Amino acid sequence: MSTPALVTMVIALLLVWGGFAAAIGVAVVRTRRRRAGDPTSR
Amino acid sequence: VATIQTVRTHERSATLRVERENWGSRAGFLLAAIGSAIGLGNIWRFPFVAYDNGGGAFLLPYLIALLTAGIPLLILEYSLGHRFRGSAPLTFRRLHPRAEVLGWWQVGVCLVIASYYAVVIAWAAAYTWFSLDLAWGPDPEAFLFESYLGATEPGELGGFRLGVLLPLLGIWVITLTVLAGGVRRGVERANRVLIPLLLLTFGVLVVRAITLPGAATGLDTFFRPQWGALTDGSIWVAAYGQIFFSLSVGFAIMITYASYLPKRSDLTNNAFIAGLANSSFELLAGIGVFAALGFLAASQQVGVEEVVSGGVGLAFVVFPAILAELPALNPFFGVLFFGALVAAGLSSLISITEASVSAVVDKFGLSRRRTVLLVGGGTALVSTAYATGLGVTLLDVVDNFINAFGVAAVGLVEVVIVGWVLRRSAELRIHADLVSDVSLGRWWTVALVAVTPLLLGAVTFDNLRQELATPYEGLPLGFLVTFGWGAALLAVAIGVAFTTRPWREPVTAVPEVRP
Repeated sequence: MSTPALVTMVIALLLVWGGFAAAIGVAVVRTRRRRAGDPTSR
Repeated sequence: VATIQTVRTHERSATLRVERENWGSRAGFLLAAIGSAIGLGNIWRFPFVAYDNGGGAFLLPYLIALLTAGIPLLILEYSLGHRFRGSAPLTFRRLHPRAEVLGWWQVGVCLVIASYYAVVIAWAAAYTWFSLDLAWGPDPEAFLFESYLGATEPGELGGFRLGVLLPLLGIWVITLTVLAGGVRRGVERANRVLIPLLLLTFGVLVVRAITLPGAATGLDTFFRPQWGALTDGSIWVAAYGQIFFSLSVGFAIMITYASYLPKRSDLTNNAFIAGLANSSFELLAGIGVFAALGFLAASQQVGVEEVVSGGVGLAFVVFPAILAELPALNPFFGVLFFGALVAAGLSSLISITEASVSAVVDKFGLSRRRTVLLVGGGTALVSTAYATGLGVTLLDVVDNFINAFGVAAVGLVEVVIVGWVLRRSAELRIHADLVSDVSLGRWWTVALVAVTPLLLGAVTFDNLRQELATPYEGLPLGFLVTFGWGAALLAVAIGVAFTTRPWREPVTAVPEVRP
């Protein structure tokens, strides 16, 4: 596998899968805060 | 809150039917939305489109399209369904009485798609069975078109194919049983099984594919960036088209699913999660498919470009050839691959049919079970036309035209009506911000009102240009007009016909959400 292809694959995976993980993370943190009664969390 | 427009009701009555079945949990909604988005196209369309449009370089316009059109459209449809708490026709009726026809047009598109989509899942179910003894033999193409489908020439119907008809019946029985169970006990429960099953089976397949000899060559072919391609406008149109068709937006599903969300729901982040989950799976599919293609090319001692294929050819001709070449456990991996296709297809078929069922329940006040029998049973009956010798050609033509001039056109009309004609994007943005954890910025309005219509317009124009330049697949013009343009027009006719029918109960306002 050539270096440009490998770099492209790694960046794409980081962006897409990383973005998905971040969105899930935000949902989990906000839900926990809300359940804990944090007034700054809607 | 003061800036929120008062709900515009054009018809009011003492009755205020706002109670609606809800999802059991946020995860339940997300699994259903992701299950709807992840379908057969993720596995057989995305890898080929990416390869054909600049390889790794395609991923740049693809990601831009996801952020500037895909996710904004998802947020729009989640907000519409959640704000107006109805299936697509009811939602658009509540948005503006004259917009109801748009909702029914979307339902018409769903009905046309459901009629042939079930047939492809039936093929996959049959191939799961065929995998046990690799029944396709040394020539998978001849097996598919001659032995299994008995494909005939356009104009020649051919008889019913029992090998297609029986699994098709099974697929419809499963789908209608799930829908009869309702949102929580039917759709949600089914997706709680189907999506983990899909991820597990596909995960095992991808691990097997990337450990095969030749996999690195296949991945190199897929990811090697051809940056020069980015200056070609058609690459960008292809990227926006892929995102649009892949996310199940523009045809009633996401509006319907969002209408079952509880009042406090994070619409914005749900859209990010569903959109990115769909793209994550698509990327995984690209890796699995091209690793397997690299293995096939190495086995046959040819270049990867000689074995690359997309659509039906990839799933039912190329993959059987790959499965036959595997060093061990061939039937096991065959069952996994075609089983994954069945799981991906079923979760999408359930969503497509649910959008139609929900619309009829809303308008005519029939019970869910009766509606499932009427709408689902009717669609199932129509779908048997694709279980004939002519079925594969018919399916190919209807699929091409309903996507190009049904899904894309109705999606374009939706954003133009909401954003430009009725100018309700600001109201929907405020609604999304009120109920979501994550606030929308101005980017959403710009993406929705400017970028999306422009690019969807380009996709539709490009489809029209291609269609007028050369007849699709070189098929006879009469056949294309009757079944291709006919299918696209049928969706519009369904839209107009259902709009003219009276509502069983007067359409009422929905109370606005308050912080």
